[in-house]
Amino acid sequence: MEELLEILEDLHPEVDFETTENLITDGVLDSLDIVTLVSEISENFDIAVSAKYITPANFNSAKAIWNMIETIQNEG
Amino acid sequence: MLFTSYSFIGFVLVLSFLYYLVPGKHQWKLLLLGSWLFYLFSGPWNILYILTTSLTVWAGALRIEKGYGEKKARIKELKKADLPADEKKAAVKAYKQKQEKDLRRLFTLVLVFNLLILAVVKYSNFFISNINGLLGEGRQLSLLSLALPMGISFYTLQAIGYLIDVYRETIPAEKNFFRFSLFISFFPLVIQGPICRFEEATEGRLFAENPFSWKNVSFGLERILWGFFKKLVIADRISAAVNTVIGDTSTYRGAYILFLMLMYTIELYADFTGGIDITIGVAEMLGITLPENFKRPYFSQSLKEYWRRWHISMCSWFRTYLFYPVSTSGPIMKLTKACRARFGKNRGRKIPMYVSSFVVWFATGIWHGASWNFIVWGLLNWAVLMISEELEPLYARFHERFPWAEGRGYQVFAMVRTFLLICFMNLFDCYARIGDILSLLGSVFTAGNYGAFFGGGVMELGLTGLDFVIIGLGLAVLLGVSIYEETKGSVREMIASRPYLVRTLVWTGLFTLVLLVGAYGAGYDASQFIYNRF
Repeated sequence: MEELLEILEDLHPEVDFETTENLITDGVLDSLDIVTLVSEISENFDIAVSAKYITPANFNSAKAIWNMIETIQNEG
Repeated sequence: MLFTSYSFIGFVLVLSFLYYLVPGKHQWKLLLLGSWLFYLFSGPWNILYILTTSLTVWAGALRIEKGYGEKKARIKELKKADLPADEKKAAVKAYKQKQEKDLRRLFTLVLVFNLLILAVVKYSNFFISNINGLLGEGRQLSLLSLALPMGISFYTLQAIGYLIDVYRETIPAEKNFFRFSLFISFFPLVIQGPICRFEEATEGRLFAENPFSWKNVSFGLERILWGFFKKLVIADRISAAVNTVIGDTSTYRGAYILFLMLMYTIELYADFTGGIDITIGVAEMLGITLPENFKRPYFSQSLKEYWRRWHISMCSWFRTYLFYPVSTSGPIMKLTKACRARFGKNRGRKIPMYVSSFVVWFATGIWHGASWNFIVWGLLNWAVLMISEELEPLYARFHERFPWAEGRGYQVFAMVRTFLLICFMNLFDCYARIGDILSLLGSVFTAGNYGAFFGGGVMELGLTGLDFVIIGLGLAVLLGVSIYEETKGSVREMIASRPYLVRTLVWTGLFTLVLLVGAYGAGYDASQFIYNRF
């Protein structure tokens, strides 16, 4: 989780990702941010995040993103 | 059958009456019959296209879902089999790969088949024209005379979205063909969207039993009336002048082109949002909720924000089903790795993103129309968005240095700047030939006819002084409503909370206004909606 928070803070230093819950619904992350994030996650966690995982629910908070990473890791 | 025709109004009234008369469980079946009938009005053979798409996508999705079921059951069996652990693992892996390959093949077949239908009817002549351009005179291929089936660009995207969702296992496949056919051909949205996802239609009660509700009917009628106001009072009136300017590229140059950019941008907004208001209003009358397609786009302070507020369902479709798959595809991920190694982390991750965006904006452009002006329009959007992305750190420094730039004055400046940019790009909607567009843009600086234009030329475009007054007042009402909705909330809810007399006065007033000053009668024809031709 620490590693993920670092990636997120690198992307948007002005946002407190530990507490923010509506990253997509409030427009904090846009589609370009999500693609950047996916490439960072793939690189750092050595997983392939396919388009089917890119849903608002999976990217709405740091916790949701972390859960998605764990799901993909378990599937692999 | 045009939304603004008497036959459409009659059709909606009769269908709504029958809809609330039949038992609830049969309501969606009546809608399907109505939708097929509506489609038949566009040409007796056109319905074959929409039925073919509905049938192939429905059957394909169902087979894919069945395939996933078989895969799970077989893997379960293999895991229980009396085999050594290594052999068992290898058998599961081999079966999984084979089954996934088969399903991918089926998915691709259905997808390509439906894209081919769209490509043949919409893009054949574009393709032939480009080949003819290369062949030169004397060796020209003949153009095909294929009619574009109503709403094919919209319903094809909607059907493909559903197919992808089932393939990704994010939604279950619909078992009943007729229900699926209604989702694809529901008459209010088949012409120009919004492009719905299957779960939006289900959650919006398309198939549900919808008992009569006065609130639904009255709110639906109000929304339809508001759509007619935008379309008939503003858009169709403006279209007379817009068409005059577009129709004569040798006479109308210079100042007329600036006038065209402004007027067409207003017309496009009133026309498209008016059409969507009618769509959503008709559905609302029937107790069905469709997703909103606009969020006051001309209040955007950047092009990026504009594309979050304009044609929301199309943007969402291209983002979900094209941008994300392209961005996460093998070649792009490889490119990302290579770019990061070559250019460093920050630059390296941006280059592949720009490549994916290029693909999406090219597709968005050509989806709007089979000609180069639409492709250039899409790529212009791409260029501006990518330049803005590159300039982001500069903007951040600017706002840090000049805190006043966060104030209301700067926000208004940013809105006007974005609006003017959109006006400029919309010129690529108006003319098919890129050469004409460039020449007309150049004439803005060279024609020097501003004096003649304001000295009377503006009054020779098919609009009288009274027309300009009506357009001005119409836009004032539109702006007032938009500001209220942007800052406070729903105008309809606000009006509904007022005393009966006030409500009656407001809606009767609007109705009378549409009847009295709607652009019909001598000299006017209720025009086709601009987005119908896409």
